[in-house]
Amino acid sequence: MSNAHPTGASVSSAVLPSERCTAAWSVLANVPDPELPTVSLCDLGIVRDVHVDGGVLQVVLTPTYSGCPATEVISHSVQEALLGAGLGPVSVKQQLAPAWTTDWISESGREKLLASGIAPPNGNASMASTGQAQPLRFFSRPVACPRCGSGRTERLSAYGSTACKSMHRCLACLEPFEHFKPI
Amino acid sequence: MNSGTFQVGSTSMALQLSPAVCYLLRIADTCLIHAQRLCEWCGHGPVLEEDIALSNMALDLLGQSRGLLGHVATRLDPDGQEHIDEDRLAFLRDERQFFNLTMVEQPMRRGSAHAPAGDFADTVLRNFLLASWLKLLWQRCLASNDETLAAIAGKAVKEARYHQQHAGDWVVRLGDGTAESARRMQAALVRIWPFTAEMFVRDAIDADAEASGLGPARDSLQPDWRADVQRFFSAAKLSLPETGAFLSTGTQGRHSEHMGFILAEMQSLQRQHPGGRW
Repeated sequence: MSNAHPTGASVSSAVLPSERCTAAWSVLANVPDPELPTVSLCDLGIVRDVHVDGGVLQVVLTPTYSGCPATEVISHSVQEALLGAGLGPVSVKQQLAPAWTTDWISESGREKLLASGIAPPNGNASMASTGQAQPLRFFSRPVACPRCGSGRTERLSAYGSTACKSMHRCLACLEPFEHFKPI
Repeated sequence: MNSGTFQVGSTSMALQLSPAVCYLLRIADTCLIHAQRLCEWCGHGPVLEEDIALSNMALDLLGQSRGLLGHVATRLDPDGQEHIDEDRLAFLRDERQFFNLTMVEQPMRRGSAHAPAGDFADTVLRNFLLASWLKLLWQRCLASNDETLAAIAGKAVKEARYHQQHAGDWVVRLGDGTAESARRMQAALVRIWPFTAEMFVRDAIDADAEASGLGPARDSLQPDWRADVQRFFSAAKLSLPETGAFLSTGTQGRHSEHMGFILAEMQSLQRQHPGGRW
């Protein structure tokens, strides 16, 4: 866990810690992910905990991929949003375990991804248990087209505009689309 | 190398390394140097999709290495008095203070006296053999009694699994492809195979990690690794070369002639502008 120094002006002492946390969650529900601005940090399931400790609002985040370049930007936007809402001082921590999984993307997050033309993760990522033998599979499970819903699609590229996505093409409506890979 | 604490001297940073720290650096440096080599393909990939894939895999590996180097820095300098951090470990250590597998420092896109420049077969095989090895290593590190290592492994194992799937797809496609692609894959396999022996050596550092519950000894990974890669090579109609007597020693800090050059390139900016950030 890495620690950031608490910053920002104090919230009024009349505000109860529980109210401050509730307010913080609603602020974070509107902070967009920098690389997928249609979904919020809460939709993605990367905000793991919010609590008050010694007068400081503690926000625990988890990174998606080990090398995700957005990690620092996300910490920064969390700080800014909470300070802007007068909920400071704020301290943001990164927590690696348990490892983030696409299973934590909320139902509304999946709907928002779909609405913006990104096929949400298919299946349950945690089913692909890390310890068990995996069948040799050279082509990933079929992904439904986010535009026309057809299952007749093919993968064009294992990676897309970000590490968390792959590129596909619909063979029914012929539109290309991105897919949020299940991990 | 004995199992006690040992010092590795350097003009820029002297490090007192315990066996545990050396064990962590072996993983961190293997990921870091492999990432650096993969980045040489950025803008030069054989097709755009693969250019993007190679850079993204490099990014994952860099992230894994970063996590481990930060952890090593905390172990080496718990009070922060010596100002050791992930950047200093990556950019100011000298060649003998790196403990990566010799395989990952071998030239990739640019070629060498032993390998033609830019043969994609070499890149495909290196990615595949390493991802298969790292996947098993991370799986075993999930049970580490070092909580940070276990946490890093929890993320990394998912990434390594995808890397293996992706590289394995290419192994089969090219191995069982045209006569030309099959010939080049088999030739590349013969070139890289001698470097795999180092993945399964057992020394005092491994024994220490195994005994303390930090992580697996390398030799214990071999049966699963061989079975795993054999599945792909059978599908690719490639035959595994015989293992000879050659044994590389990068994990002991004794590197091939290529290591100095890749470090010079990777470290030049920090050495010219110490502490520079952007």
